[in-house]
Amino acid sequence: MGKKVPEINASSMADISFMLLIFFLAATTMDTDKGLFRMLPPYQDPTEQQEDIKVLDKNLFVVLVNKDDKLMVEKQPMNTRDLRRACKEFLMNMNNDSEDKKYPGYNEETIPGIGTVKVTKAIVSIQNDRQTSYEKYIEVQNEIIAAYNEVKDYYSMKYFKKTFKDLKENQQDIIKQIIPQKISEAEPKNIGGK
Amino acid sequence: MAQFRSKEKKTPPPISTQSLPDIIFMLIFFFMVATTMRESTLLVKKPHLPKATEFVKLEKKSLVSNIYIAAPSNALQKLYGTQPVIQLNEAIEDVSKIAKFVELERESMPANDRSQMTVSLKVDSKARMGIVTDVKQELRKANALKISYSVVPKN
Repeated sequence: MGKKVPEINASSMADISFMLLIFFLAATTMDTDKGLFRMLPPYQDPTEQQEDIKVLDKNLFVVLVNKDDKLMVEKQPMNTRDLRRACKEFLMNMNNDSEDKKYPGYNEETIPGIGTVKVTKAIVSIQNDRQTSYEKYIEVQNEIIAAYNEVKDYYSMKYFKKTFKDLKENQQDIIKQIIPQKISEAEPKNIGGK
Repeated sequence: MAQFRSKEKKTPPPISTQSLPDIIFMLIFFFMVATTMRESTLLVKKPHLPKATEFVKLEKKSLVSNIYIAAPSNALQKLYGTQPVIQLNEAIEDVSKIAKFVELERESMPANDRSQMTVSLKVDSKARMGIVTDVKQELRKANALKISYSVVPKN
């Protein structure tokens, strides 16, 4: 046997790793980003002539938010608490009776795996003032997304006997076809003035 | 008594610190996995985010760019006033700079993930919609259409 290799002194190892630990504590954060996910419509040049897409009045669920954060839903003042229920009711009911102005019309669509279903033509239109507070805006957005999510869950239970988030990806796509999420945001008006 | 005294004089065996580095390393690994790097120092006051229930978690941090909208921090209020301003990266900027900002952020991302780019809007709940709309309009012009309104969970 050769010479014995002297043992390396490891007592400073703890100090070194403490220093590393403190670096990571200082340089990193724990919070994950959570948010309401939305897609913006592509930009359209205002100078170009746009064909106005005609949407029947009965298919629109109009939500107006004014500069005092007051809500007007389908020409009626409303409390934010009732918005989810009202929106859900609008999304769940449909008829093609042109006399009825309350609920939207529907298309009959054949979806593989399900068969022919009624797909609502409903479009939710949100319009706010430039003076509307961001807090109220998010509250309204949240209620409408919540209404859509409840309707998605309802259809998921009906066709797959599971909640929407437990479905497989292709099943989720089917549900999204049955209840397309159409939220339109008009450019805000400056009615309140500054 | 004599017996007691003799016991007190004995030195207790030293506590072994051999496993201390291992314990600390374990902690380090935990922090490395569970946390993310702090992105930028805030020049605006920490935005008081609105509450919501229908949020989704943002995955893939590298594809997310942040835009802060809040009142300037106390030291900068002389320069920028008290109304909410926009912070891009490390500076308070004008709305018109957003297109440039988006382009730079997009270039720093891997080419085949660029379509997945998400802009996270961290807006103070006291801000008015006017400034938010201007930002959204600029984002549309810059073709950054995936956005996320940053919120805190409501219980």
